[in-house]
Amino acid sequence: MEFLYYFGDVFTPINFGLLLLGTIGGLILGATPGLSPTMAVALLIPFTFQLQAAQGLILLGAAYTSTVAGGAVSAILLKIPGAPANIATTLDGHTMAQKGEGAKALQISFLASAVGGVFGVLLLIFLTPVLAKWALAFGPSHLFWLAILGVTVIGSLDSKSVVKGLLSGCIGLWLATIGFDDIMGAQRFIFHPSLGGGINIIAALIGLFAIPQVITMFAKGRKGDGAEVLKVQKHPISGAFKELFRNKRAMGIGTAVGSVIGLIPGVGGQIAGLVAYDQSKKFSPDRDKFGTGHPEGVIAAESANNAMVGPSLVPLLTLSIPGSPTAAVLLGGLLIHGIFPGTDLFDNHPDVAWTFINSMLIGQILMCIFGLYVAGLAAKVAQVPQSVMAAVVLGLAVFGSYSVQSSMGDVYVMASLGVMMYFLERFGFSAAPLVLGLILGPIAEANFIQGSMIANATDGLAPYFLGGPLNIFLIAVVIASVAYSAYMELRTKRYTSKEEILA
Amino acid sequence: MTTLPRLQHMIGSGIVAAVGIWVTYVSYTQQPSEAFLFPRLISTVFVVLALWTFAKACLGWTKVGGGITATQFKNLVPGLLVALVYIFWAAKGLGFYTATAIAFFILLSLYDPASHKELKTWGKRILITAVFMIVMYGLFAKLLTVYTPREVFF
Repeated sequence: MEFLYYFGDVFTPINFGLLLLGTIGGLILGATPGLSPTMAVALLIPFTFQLQAAQGLILLGAAYTSTVAGGAVSAILLKIPGAPANIATTLDGHTMAQKGEGAKALQISFLASAVGGVFGVLLLIFLTPVLAKWALAFGPSHLFWLAILGVTVIGSLDSKSVVKGLLSGCIGLWLATIGFDDIMGAQRFIFHPSLGGGINIIAALIGLFAIPQVITMFAKGRKGDGAEVLKVQKHPISGAFKELFRNKRAMGIGTAVGSVIGLIPGVGGQIAGLVAYDQSKKFSPDRDKFGTGHPEGVIAAESANNAMVGPSLVPLLTLSIPGSPTAAVLLGGLLIHGIFPGTDLFDNHPDVAWTFINSMLIGQILMCIFGLYVAGLAAKVAQVPQSVMAAVVLGLAVFGSYSVQSSMGDVYVMASLGVMMYFLERFGFSAAPLVLGLILGPIAEANFIQGSMIANATDGLAPYFLGGPLNIFLIAVVIASVAYSAYMELRTKRYTSKEEILA
Repeated sequence: MTTLPRLQHMIGSGIVAAVGIWVTYVSYTQQPSEAFLFPRLISTVFVVLALWTFAKACLGWTKVGGGITATQFKNLVPGLLVALVYIFWAAKGLGFYTATAIAFFILLSLYDPASHKELKTWGKRILITAVFMIVMYGLFAKLLTVYTPREVFF
C-alpha cells in the first residue's frame, strides 16, 4: 500500500496542472486521425526536459491514457479511428452516431474507458512491486535474454512478417551500437560526424514515429478526407451509467481481455479491442445486434483498449523491458532524467514511480470527465486538413529533436531515420521492433559483455548463457514466440492485397 | 503480386541486405575485436535474415508490404523535397523560425485541398502559418528557452 503514501503528490498545483494539460491535450490529439498515441507521446518528450522526472512522466502518462480514449471520438463521429486501438469502436460506435445516438456512444465509450483504465492501473499498482522484487534475482545472462525477448516478441507478434519483424529488430540493435564503445572506447560505424555520440534515442523516436506519418500524409496528395462529423444530440449522462450497468458482461470481458493482453509484450490496443469485441459478441445473447449500433460493442472495445494501458507498463517498470512502442517512448522519458526502471526506480525513486502511477489512476477519471466535454471540440480538431497536420508535425519534430541537445546532428538523425522508416514500412517492415532494438540494444550489449566476463572466469560462455532454469525458460519463450508467429504466418498465407497496395 | 511491387521489394530488400553485409564485414574486420563482439553477434543474424528477405523478394514470394504506387510517389515527392531542403539546409542556413515559416507555408499550399485561385484561401494559409509560428516561438523560445540557430532574419 506504499502508493497511498504518495497519493497527495499528484494534487500539488503543478502536478495536477500537468495532469489536466496532458489529459485534455491527449484527448484532442487522440481524436486526430494519423496522430497515434506513440507519436503524440514522442512529440511531447522535448517538453518534459525542464520538468522534474515525476512531472514529465505525469504529462506523458496522461497523454498516453487519454490519446487512447480520445481516439474513440473520431471513430464514433467520423468513422476514422484516432488510433489503431479504436478500430473495434468504429464497428458499433459510428452506427450508433448515424442513428442519432452519438452522444450516448461517446458517453458510454468514456465511461467504459475509465472503468477499464482504472482496473488496468490497479493491476499495475499491485503487480509492479512484486515483479520488481522478483527482478532482483536476474543476473546479466537473464537480462541479456530478456532484452532479446523484448525485441523478438515485438518483432514476431507486432509485424505482418516474422522475418521482417525480426530483421527490423536487428536493424534497431545495430543502430544502438553506433558511436563509441563504452568499454574499449573504440569507434563503431561512425560514418558521419553527427553520429559520434551515437544515436540519440529521443531524436530517433521522434523521427521513427512522426516522419513516416508526415510522408504518408504527403502521399495522399491534395485530396481531403471527405469525413463529415455527425451531429450529436443531447443524452442524459445517467442514461449512459444505466447502459453501462446493463452491459456488465461486456464491461467485464473487455476489462479482463484488455488487462491480460496488456501484460503480453508486443500485443497492442488494436488486438485488445478486437479480441474483446469478438469475445463479447460470442457470449452475448444479442450477438446478432453487433455491428448495427449495439452499445455492448462500444463498451467491450473501449474498456479493453484502456484496460491495456496500465498492464502494458508492468514489464517496463519492473524489468526495463518496454512492452509496447509507447512504453518504449516512456522509457526514453525516464532515461533522460537518469532514472532506470526496475528495482532502482522503486528503491531509489519511489516518489517518481508512485506519483506517476497514481497520476495515471486519477488521469483515468479526469479523462472520463473531460472526455465528455472535450468530445465536440476534439471532433472539430479531427477535421483539420492533413496538409496542416503534416506541416505541424514536421515543425514539431524538427524543433523537438533539436531541443534534445541543441544539436543539428540530432535533427539530421531524426530526419534520416524517419525517411528510412517510411520506405521500410512500405516494404512490410515495422517501426516497433526497430525502436525496441534501439532502446534495448545497450541493455543487451552491456549484459552480454558483463556476462561474458563472468563466463570466462567461471564455466565458459555456453553454460553461463544457455544453462540454468531461468535462461532456459527465457530462451524457450523467445523460440516459442517466433515459432508461433511463423506458424500463424504460414497458415494465414497473407498476400499483398490490392487495397494494401493502394493504401 | 504485380511486377512493380516485386521490383520495388527487390530494390528495398537489396539495400537492406547490402547494409547487412557491410555491417557484418565491418564487425568482423575492425579492431579491437572485443569492441565488436556484440555487433558480430547481431550482424550475423541481421545478414542471414536480410539475405533471406532479398531472396524471397527476387523469387516473388514477398507477402507483406504494398510498395509505393506511382500516384503516391508523385504526391509525396514535392513535400519530401521541401522537407529535406528545410531540414538539411534551410533550418541552419536561414534560421529555424524563418525556415519553418517558409516550409510550413509551402507545404500548406502544396497539399491544402482548398482552391489556389481564391484570395481568401491564401489569406487563411498565411493566418494559419502565422498562428503556428507564434505558438512555436512561445513554446520553444519562451517556455522551453531553446536557443535555435537564428542566422539571416530571425
